[in-house]
Amino acid sequence: MKVSLTVNGKDVTADVEDRTLLVHFLRDTADLTATNIGCDTTSCGACTVLLDGDSVKSCTVLAAQADGRSVTTLEGLASDSGEMHPVQRAFHNEHGLQCGYCTPGMVMAIVSLLRENPSPTEAEVRTGLEGNICRCTGYHNIVKAALAAASEGVQ
Amino acid sequence: MIPPAFTYVRATSVDEALGLAAEHGEDAKFLAGGQSLLPLMKLRFASPTVLIDLGRVSDLSYVRDEGTYVAIGAMTRHHDVATAALLLSDVPLLAHTAQAVGDPQIRHRGTIGGSVAHADAAADLPATLLALDATFVVRGANGERSVPAAEFFKSIFETALEPGELLTEIQVPKPANPAAWSFQKFTKRAIDFAIVGVAVQASPGQGTSVALVNMGSTPLRAAAVESALASGASAADAAAHAADGTSAGSDIHASKAYREHLARVLVRRALEEAAARS
Repeated sequence: MKVSLTVNGKDVTADVEDRTLLVHFLRDTADLTATNIGCDTTSCGACTVLLDGDSVKSCTVLAAQADGRSVTTLEGLASDSGEMHPVQRAFHNEHGLQCGYCTPGMVMAIVSLLRENPSPTEAEVRTGLEGNICRCTGYHNIVKAALAAASEGVQ
Repeated sequence: MIPPAFTYVRATSVDEALGLAAEHGEDAKFLAGGQSLLPLMKLRFASPTVLIDLGRVSDLSYVRDEGTYVAIGAMTRHHDVATAALLLSDVPLLAHTAQAVGDPQIRHRGTIGGSVAHADAAADLPATLLALDATFVVRGANGERSVPAAEFFKSIFETALEPGELLTEIQVPKPANPAAWSFQKFTKRAIDFAIVGVAVQASPGQGTSVALVNMGSTPLRAAAVESALASGASAADAAAHAADGTSAGSDIHASKAYREHLARVLVRRALEEAAARS
């Protein structure tokens, strides 16, 4: 079927199989490979993107379900001039990553979390990231990064 | 993993969804938020040949005050149930149960109707809706009917829904004392399904409702606990009956005996928490 998405502000239209998952549409059709495939079972959160502003696991959404809607991936966060999004900058400053595999999903989950709750407590950040797993177990600095971004007033 | 091939069709109204279901027959399945169905399809536990997407049926997404009860559209997402001001004030047990489902990403997609129609014995919302004596409104080719929660869940993944019928609305009576609630859930990891869960709603003069998650093939009312409480038993004494009449299974997560133990502990905690809140 024909699927048209607005991905990071740009229209992407393609004929894809009905069963195409959003994550494959993003990686293989839109050629945006920051979004990682981790567990592929709705558990790990590595494939988290924003669908109309809300975090979703793109391995568990059909591209067809997202037809006509707006998707933001990690590639869409930085400004056109290349300036990092405050959450990206906080990950950099707080060393919020180790191997980096979970990082795109973590960043997108935190962007969504801060939209819903701009001033979370540490406990709320930890609960808010329950859908994202870091196999390096580097959670402390990820939480620090979320709190640092929140303190900058990111929304 | 990629689901087996299927044909995707899209409904924009309940009538259109029912028409598509009639047209495609038993090989078709309704797709609500997809947070249970799509993972099952990837694992080949389900392989419908047609998916009827309800995502654009926008008039099934609402939380509405109907005086004595709250009406919730079947396509209302868990996040919207969890954050609805009306539910937080008048039926907090339901809002907080929705908040306990999965994780934020799953709650942004998954729907209350999808969870009810899917009828996973380990799901949180069916037990809470059973404790709250909810009614499910169902539409099919022969019109509309209402099914009480107590008659809706037949077995694991099996409900009173007939082929081609669509769950459209969940009606939840407002408890007399909304604050007297508790939802307890024991998991190994935050996002896991409950090994055992308990929903409690106490209502002065009307008794206390207690429902169990994952203690049988459907959500169950802990009838022995409820009747012990009605006879004046303490929370601790009543909770000792939590596993009576249940049929918990053993699996890689827990044995039957461990689930029964958990049920007794969690029911006691839930009764004490509900009493402390009221």
